[in-house]
Amino acid sequence: MIRLSNVSLTYESTDGTEIHALAGIDLQVAENEFVVIVGPSGCGKSTLLKLIVGLLRPTRGSVMYRGRPVEDTIQEVGMVYQSPVLLPWRTVLGNVLLPIEILRRDPAAYAPEAAKLLEMAGLSAFARKTPRELSGGMQQRAALCRALITDPALLLMDEPFAALDALTRDEMGQELSRLWEERKKTVVFVTHSISEAVLLGDRVVVMSPRPGRIVRDIPIGLPRPRTNVKHLGPAFTDYVEEIRELIYSFKGERDAAPPP
Amino acid sequence: MRRRRLRAFLGQYGHPLLTLAGMAAAWHAATAWFAIPGWLLPSPRAVGEVLYAFGHLLPQHIWVTLAETVAGFLLSIAVGVPLAVLIVWSPVLQRTIYPIILAAQSIPKVAIAPLFLIWIGYGMFSKILVVVSVAFFPIVVDTVTGLMAVEPDLLDMVRVLRASTLQTFLKIRLPASLPYFFSGTKVAVTLAVIGSVIGEFVGSDKGLGYLILVSGSQLNTAMVFGVLAILSAMGIALFVIVEGLQKVLCPWSVGR
Repeated sequence: MIRLSNVSLTYESTDGTEIHALAGIDLQVAENEFVVIVGPSGCGKSTLLKLIVGLLRPTRGSVMYRGRPVEDTIQEVGMVYQSPVLLPWRTVLGNVLLPIEILRRDPAAYAPEAAKLLEMAGLSAFARKTPRELSGGMQQRAALCRALITDPALLLMDEPFAALDALTRDEMGQELSRLWEERKKTVVFVTHSISEAVLLGDRVVVMSPRPGRIVRDIPIGLPRPRTNVKHLGPAFTDYVEEIRELIYSFKGERDAAPPP
Repeated sequence: MRRRRLRAFLGQYGHPLLTLAGMAAAWHAATAWFAIPGWLLPSPRAVGEVLYAFGHLLPQHIWVTLAETVAGFLLSIAVGVPLAVLIVWSPVLQRTIYPIILAAQSIPKVAIAPLFLIWIGYGMFSKILVVVSVAFFPIVVDTVTGLMAVEPDLLDMVRVLRASTLQTFLKIRLPASLPYFFSGTKVAVTLAVIGSVIGEFVGSDKGLGYLILVSGSQLNTAMVFGVLAILSAMGIALFVIVEGLQKVLCPWSVGR
């Protein structure tokens, strides 16, 4: 579905120095696959998402979506960020329907779908409330409903649970897994949490610090649903350890390298 | 219901009102105790008496100053908001006009007020322009800040959906800027009162500023204090009106 070939992105920072954000990225994501990208901060994970969706152009290489080069932005995509970025002057329902309005479709026609999504997210009672009457976890669930309202084929999630407390975070991960199994979608999910990556992903793609490269692409062969870490046994811990060692090895390299 | 309202009112304003009453009492006591002459510091009672005695003269002056203030304030919004929109919309204006506007803020408005008198004349409009010259800045600056203070992730999200500039403006930037617009407006409305007084100081034959000048020159200090009290009441009333509008138009920006 998505194919990045030899993608590099270089930009000029405000003081005129060239910054190599990404270098030689080759990445393929198949239809209905759940791919998680992990890596140290500043390795260009978010930049990668912007390239996929067409918000940024690569300096070199090509980005293909469903066999065609990405030129304009891909409209059939849902985006979820670390912060829910809900509009405080709209109700929860109004926020969920925002993409419909922007696409100039009839919001009334999507009201049943919005109601269904909110029910799935456990927010039915809050449809007419404003975002600030909701807890952080509920706001993020509303943001997920907003991303799903167009029933997009692709879901891009940029550290969506990073701002939540640990308990809510686990719960949201479970809910996302369940949702993904119910309505098959392609998901590209960026996170800092290694265990989250292993729990959610079909594949975990590990990136190096800047310039971001893909250093390993690990298929996760754990059975689903992965609700209980205990049932997954030592295989789960093995994956987590493998990725953790990889990421720590960068840290060593960076600390050993002379300052630029 | 009425009782609860009264309690809410006292909870919000009770302490400052009591403090003010205490200060007035101390002031009154001091003038009596030390036998301060009325032309130097009149007692609050003397101020009240003068206001009562000249009560028939006050409304026309209040009306003139209020009209100048409100007209100048509204004109500041009418000019300031479209200008802020243009500045945010056009990178060229952002680089050329906006820095000049920011720099012009440092010009002392008292010093340019005589220019308006020379150019426009003695009438009300020159005072309105002085008001605009002080009230316009906070409105432009805060509205610009508000229009640009939209989370980049949100802008990315609507860009992915290929939102038009107009859609982004109407559905996101404009409502997002309202709280900033109102905080600028609240500063502007109190400055507007100062602006009209400055305008009247420079040259006029009516208005509360004129009344202060005349009373001062006649050593009618009680009247000066009385007019000052009226001016503050006017400023507070206008502020409360703007704040009330904010509560109606963007309740999400007002504390729970």
